[in-house]
Amino acid sequence: MSLRAELVVRDRDVEVTLTVGHGETVALLGPNGSGKSTTVSALAGLLCPDTGEVELDDRTLVRATGRAADVWVPPHDRGVAVLAQEPLLFPHLNVLDNVAFGPRSAGMPRGRARERARHWLDEVGAVELAARRPGELSGGQAQRVALARALATEPRLLLLDEPLSAIDVALAPALRQLLRRVLRGRAAIVVTHDVLDAALLADRVVVLEQGRVVEQGPTNQVLARPTSDFAARIAGLNLVRGRAEGETVVSDTGLVVAGLSDEPLSDGLGAIAVFSPSAVGIYREAPQGSPRNAIRGVVTEIEPHGHQVRVRTEHLAADITPAALAELDLVPGSPVVFSVKASEVAVYAA
Amino acid sequence: MTAAATTQRSARRLGVPAWVFLPASVGALFVALPLVAMLTRIEWRHFGTLITSDSSLAALELSLRTAAASTVLCVLFGVPMALVLARTSFWGQGVARALVLLPLVLPPVVCGIALLYTFGRKGLLGNTMEVLGLQVAFSTAAVVMAQTFVALPFLVVSLDGALRTAGTRYEAVAATLGARPTRVFLRVTLPLVLPGLASGAVLSFARALGEFGATITFAGSLQGVTRTLPLEIYLQRETDPQAAVALSLLLVFVATLVIGLITRSRVAP
Repeated sequence: MSLRAELVVRDRDVEVTLTVGHGETVALLGPNGSGKSTTVSALAGLLCPDTGEVELDDRTLVRATGRAADVWVPPHDRGVAVLAQEPLLFPHLNVLDNVAFGPRSAGMPRGRARERARHWLDEVGAVELAARRPGELSGGQAQRVALARALATEPRLLLLDEPLSAIDVALAPALRQLLRRVLRGRAAIVVTHDVLDAALLADRVVVLEQGRVVEQGPTNQVLARPTSDFAARIAGLNLVRGRAEGETVVSDTGLVVAGLSDEPLSDGLGAIAVFSPSAVGIYREAPQGSPRNAIRGVVTEIEPHGHQVRVRTEHLAADITPAALAELDLVPGSPVVFSVKASEVAVYAA
Repeated sequence: MTAAATTQRSARRLGVPAWVFLPASVGALFVALPLVAMLTRIEWRHFGTLITSDSSLAALELSLRTAAASTVLCVLFGVPMALVLARTSFWGQGVARALVLLPLVLPPVVCGIALLYTFGRKGLLGNTMEVLGLQVAFSTAAVVMAQTFVALPFLVVSLDGALRTAGTRYEAVAATLGARPTRVFLRVTLPLVLPGLASGAVLSFARALGEFGATITFAGSLQGVTRTLPLEIYLQRETDPQAAVALSLLLVFVATLVIGLITRSRVAP
């Protein structure tokens, strides 16, 4: 195990346990205010947890017992580098010296530090920017340089705090590819609320909600069979949580969804039904004699979604064509019936 | 006039109502007119001899030397003070901040008396200093101390503001890149607040150069030892008003020159 962390930060109501394996990239997902940035700050040493323990490569970075931190390694001595949302390149240094800052701080002579800086600038495809001032760079260029600067410290753990969220949409894919390349075989945590970052960068996903880990697992599994509302939302799936009755899930809110399960379920125990909004048909009245699930609801939101229109009720979402929307004459407040085939619904234990 | 030019002109005056030019001009005149009045009183025939007299040159030299020394002291003590005020929190910080700023609002003569009762022969530390063989009252060191005392808040205030504006984000990044606190301070914090530090140092120098009340109270007025230019001007005013005006102009000139030079080097990239 590369990183093992248990953190409690009381005034932000965060209690998180987190591990990162050797060479593993973990995506930390969660809505705003779920404690992602607090976790990153605590791992980087910019914030002291009230209680907890952080170990990186068998070295204890933090051991806090609640009274006083009996081990506290300051940020400069942790080998944990951070790439934040904004590049934060030092404005008074040129690109080369920005990247050489880490090696210089570690005591490397100027010539060798610049050599290493050039190497990492080359890695991120920014070596031709070496002589520029940060003010002369575009947002995408600056973030590349900031990545090179973080990598040049040869960190044991790299923390990426929403690294692409301030980047122009057109430039993000290239930068995401670059991250994918440099993160391979490197212990890293990527904080994100973008499903693409999780899918393309992470081996494993940890989902935070309200300061607690609510779900974790291999990326493909979490995105295919989410158990938390946030994971279902970013995976673009409808999620109904309730109790199993055969292969049907009955939720506390009264929704009844029948589906298929590839594992035996025990009646009365927690179960989850998941289906894609594109598998849902919308009707004004429940279709007669249909074997499909018919779930009643009231439209809360209608928004464009690619070439389709996403219609939301309190609990679920459905994607229909604009023509279908016009025909149904839906507005927020309209009562509707969502219809979905049982064969389109995956049911599994919560 | 083209439409574009009109837009540009009105855009430049955005948020500047026309009437503000009146009080602004009155204020500018109020500052400029006394300087003009002084110029009209100078007998240019004697100007050269007046400002190159032994006592004048001694006073000028002493003023420049002491003001430079106290600016250095202001930087040496003021930078750490500003850093502690801006970047840490401790019990009684509000009181500490108020105390540091006190010399800004105290009459300089009160500052001088306070210094005298601290470092003077009969002052709080007088005995200790005498044992150590230090005699500061009525020496050039006393001039530097008086100037530092009144000029220090200018540096602390402007640097404190610059540090708060700069924020700590770059410092956090530097730390995660492996920089120890001293390296962060020297390589990141200081370069980022350099403009604030420079303007603080200029203000301190200007305040030190014009120091009168605290100096005459704490250091006295001995030619070549403690009689700085403002003291010399005040003294000459009694006996030779012409010389006083000439020296005043010299002081104005020196102060303008110094501030002009430093602000220019600061604005240049």
